[in-house]
Amino acid sequence: MTESLLIPIIMTIVGAATPILLAALGELVVEKSGVLNLGLEGMMLIGAVTGFAVTATTGYAPLGVVAAMIAAAASAGLFGFLTLTLTANQVATGLALTIFGIGLSALAGENYVGQTVDVFGSVFPAALAEHPVLRVIFGYSPLVYVSLLLVAAVSWFLRKSRAGLILRAVGESDLSAHSIGYSVIGVRYMAVLFGGAMAGIAGCFYSLVLTPMWAEQLTAGRGWIALALVVFAGWRPMRLLLGAYLFGAVMTLELHAKAAGFSLVAPEFLAAMPYLATIAVLAIISARKTGKSLAPACLGKPFKPSS
Amino acid sequence: MLIELEKRKEPSKAMLYLTPVIAVVATMLAGAIIFSLIGHDGFGAVRKIFLAPLLDTYKWQDLGVKAAPLILIGVGLAIGFRANVWNIGAEGQYIMGGLAGTGVALATWGMTGWWILPLMCIAGIVGGAAYAGIPAFLKTRLNVNEILSSLMLTYVAIQVLYYLMRGPWKDPDGFNFPQTRLFTDDQILPTVIPSTVVHLGVPLAFVVAIAAWFVLSRSVFGFQIRVVGAAPAAARYGGFNTNKTIWAALLAGGGLAGFAGILEAAGPFGQMVPQFPTGYGFTAIIVAFLGRLHPIGIVLAGIILAVTYVGGELAQSSIGLPAAATGVFQAMMLFFLLATDVLVKYRIRFASAAKAGDAA
Amino acid sequence: MKTFTRRTMLKTTAAAGALPIIGSSALAADPLKVAFVYLGPIGDHGWTYAHEQGRQDVIKKFGDKVATTIVENVAEGPDSERVIRRLAEDGNQLIFTTSFGYMNPTLKVAKRFKDVKFEHATGYQRAPNMSTYNARFYEGRAVCGTIAGHMSKTGVAGYIASFPIPEVVMGINAFTLAARKVNPDFKTKVLWVSSWYDPAKEADAAKALIDQGSDVIAQHTDSPAALQTCEQRGPMAFGQAWDMSNFAPKAHLTAIVNRWGPYYEARIQQLLDAKWESGDTWWGLKEGVLEMSPYNEAIPADVQAAAEATRTGIIDGSVNPFTGPIKDNTGKERLASGALGDGDLHKMDWYVEGVQS
Repeated sequence: MTESLLIPIIMTIVGAATPILLAALGELVVEKSGVLNLGLEGMMLIGAVTGFAVTATTGYAPLGVVAAMIAAAASAGLFGFLTLTLTANQVATGLALTIFGIGLSALAGENYVGQTVDVFGSVFPAALAEHPVLRVIFGYSPLVYVSLLLVAAVSWFLRKSRAGLILRAVGESDLSAHSIGYSVIGVRYMAVLFGGAMAGIAGCFYSLVLTPMWAEQLTAGRGWIALALVVFAGWRPMRLLLGAYLFGAVMTLELHAKAAGFSLVAPEFLAAMPYLATIAVLAIISARKTGKSLAPACLGKPFKPSS
Repeated sequence: MLIELEKRKEPSKAMLYLTPVIAVVATMLAGAIIFSLIGHDGFGAVRKIFLAPLLDTYKWQDLGVKAAPLILIGVGLAIGFRANVWNIGAEGQYIMGGLAGTGVALATWGMTGWWILPLMCIAGIVGGAAYAGIPAFLKTRLNVNEILSSLMLTYVAIQVLYYLMRGPWKDPDGFNFPQTRLFTDDQILPTVIPSTVVHLGVPLAFVVAIAAWFVLSRSVFGFQIRVVGAAPAAARYGGFNTNKTIWAALLAGGGLAGFAGILEAAGPFGQMVPQFPTGYGFTAIIVAFLGRLHPIGIVLAGIILAVTYVGGELAQSSIGLPAAATGVFQAMMLFFLLATDVLVKYRIRFASAAKAGDAA
Repeated sequence: MKTFTRRTMLKTTAAAGALPIIGSSALAADPLKVAFVYLGPIGDHGWTYAHEQGRQDVIKKFGDKVATTIVENVAEGPDSERVIRRLAEDGNQLIFTTSFGYMNPTLKVAKRFKDVKFEHATGYQRAPNMSTYNARFYEGRAVCGTIAGHMSKTGVAGYIASFPIPEVVMGINAFTLAARKVNPDFKTKVLWVSSWYDPAKEADAAKALIDQGSDVIAQHTDSPAALQTCEQRGPMAFGQAWDMSNFAPKAHLTAIVNRWGPYYEARIQQLLDAKWESGDTWWGLKEGVLEMSPYNEAIPADVQAAAEATRTGIIDGSVNPFTGPIKDNTGKERLASGALGDGDLHKMDWYVEGVQS
């Protein structure tokens, strides 16, 4: 029983959680620097189509992932140029980026519809990756392990590193950071590009791992869930990890409950739950005013040094 | 850094009016070139998307119908944006307004009377405003960021819609298809120009925009909104209540979005369907910015966006341009607009070695 | 392709010498203008793609006797009404609207353009100049059910479904009835995903069904994601709308292929001959609007023969997938003998014995 049911369930949860985790982790860094990029969905789609196209052409998935990171980061760079250099409104620019990503990925992917590539599967030897029990540890795409390493890295970076401290300072009080000589715009550019690259990997996870194909709007709105997750996690990487797996678990167990013939609650309620939970978390952390877990003070506000 | 911004002493009036034009023209040029390079008829596409709908007077009715909800929502959002209240959940408020009005329509189904339609409209406004009241409450009581809460609530509203369509409000004679009954004649907006599709909601949108213009430029409320937005500290000093402004801004935005929702449901849709949300609430954010947060500007911006939608369909059916290309065109126009926006408040100087390029 | 706006059309007619009616006979040299309104992008490789293939068949058959126009990605609701109306204004004489949600918009436009013919797919509203058409997809599902009944070792199929509308319900029932003819204990587990297209969710739904004992997966959603999952995990699966075998060479047993070409060609021919009439057309395997894609070599010869027997039986009328006695899944007898009529199928909202939904 455990072997036949528990292990595949865990593996499905990991699969559902990983791309959202990747995208949300990037956005978390972006938001920590004080920038709100609502273009997550668009960047993910650009990453998904690029990753698929390059993999289909070269037959080498890692190259596809790198290309996806570059392409999505480039689109993030465009966002950065508009919002950081030209101080355009971040909300409007992010929405425009989403529209752009949906359209551009559809145009670019026209010739790849209906093709397929080999799934970007495990890199461990088959004895481990396909072992009935051990596959729960070794049976994933390398991107899953990458996502976990990145959570740890980002967590360390934000809490312990000097650069992370600066990034947080820029997000909390851009004017003070500026006055002690840090380049607010420079830091934010780096964060935005990182967020783009992460969205690119997240997009690839759909087009190369979960459903190795390209079709328009392949990510089907997962970017918005990732956006909610950042808030749900209170801008903390470790909580983000928990939140992403919790989300994956709820979605997977719902399907299992339905497949077993139970339907406990309306499916619409479950679909609304990530967002309701996020609002609840927002309300709770804001009410507690612990300071640390609140939204970065400069979130969404353009930086205009007044000199 | 190649580009340096130098703040103007006064926002440039010329640039305020000029930049939207620059953005549209730049989009047309860049679009024509890019789409020609990737093997489409770029110049044809630009002509179809941007000009054809305007040149053919017969298509103006479509522009009006498409622009009306964008204008209504955009005007409501602009009130908030001017006060630095970032309601980006208009899509959800639009849905909730539509649903509230639909609730009245279903409750009065089979009845007749002139009062039904106004009641539906009131329900729509109240529904949208009440839904925007949630972020207002969270913001004023718990200091919850309204960008995030209003965005999250949009996705909740979509699920409420799906639930009602699949279950309680499903047309009993509709073969189990998830949609409501068709509204009756007394529940449908009348057509104001015979033999066109122009329904009552279209002139109403223009009336609301003009009314908002007067309120914003002439009334104390308008002044308060501007002061709170521009200088919250000064507003407090001047005795303006920030919380009240937040409430007013969100309720106005939500109410107008809800109004747009019921006008769409009782107008072009004539029923409620799961496909009701088509992104007007998000597009209206863009419209609000394109219109420089000015009601009259928003009217023009709503029409421009409507032109690209209608023109995009024309470009598809006439020169076979894929639908995705329309999205790219719209996004490009926004990018150019947002990029040139900077010219209003800043002068751009190209630093030392920088070989000038486009501003975008 | 020359564009034909309303204005240029008016000019043309004026130039043609105040012809009373613009009919195919009046302007015999001009091609018949036919338009198609699509819900998805052509690149969806599913529902819309299949309609587009039908249009390609039309182009192949009629050449320059017809001029076709498409508009893709048209949202259901007012947007579709505008698109349909504009296509009518632009002088299209026959307009196919290919999604259920276009029903009321098509009807509204049809009332205003009495001289233009409209064809709405999958709906139930008609007018003197508006027909409806659909395909008997359930016939193909009965063929799939026959194969599933033979091939499944666990006797449990997983069925990924979108929304419980009659079209989907009758597919589930036809599949299950056919499978239970082979294996009387056969069960179909239906998993509603409340979406026509969400690849990641469809894949996860397939995984859940597999984990709970299904060794064959059928679907009434549009993406090949479930097939890909089966290819990785081992179970068998059936394709939807199009031959999806390149996504799952091992798992893909066969697919129900939508072929709208024969219907489109027939209606256009009727209009060219001035014999077009409004009505409801519900064609199936016999008329060729759906086909089974080539059977996977992994299907044993006797099973292939059984599947073929079902298919040819449906074509010659000797097999009806809904033949009594039929019990529903609460044990109530729904049909003692004979076969369910089209009227019963059109409003089917119950499940046959063996369906767990």
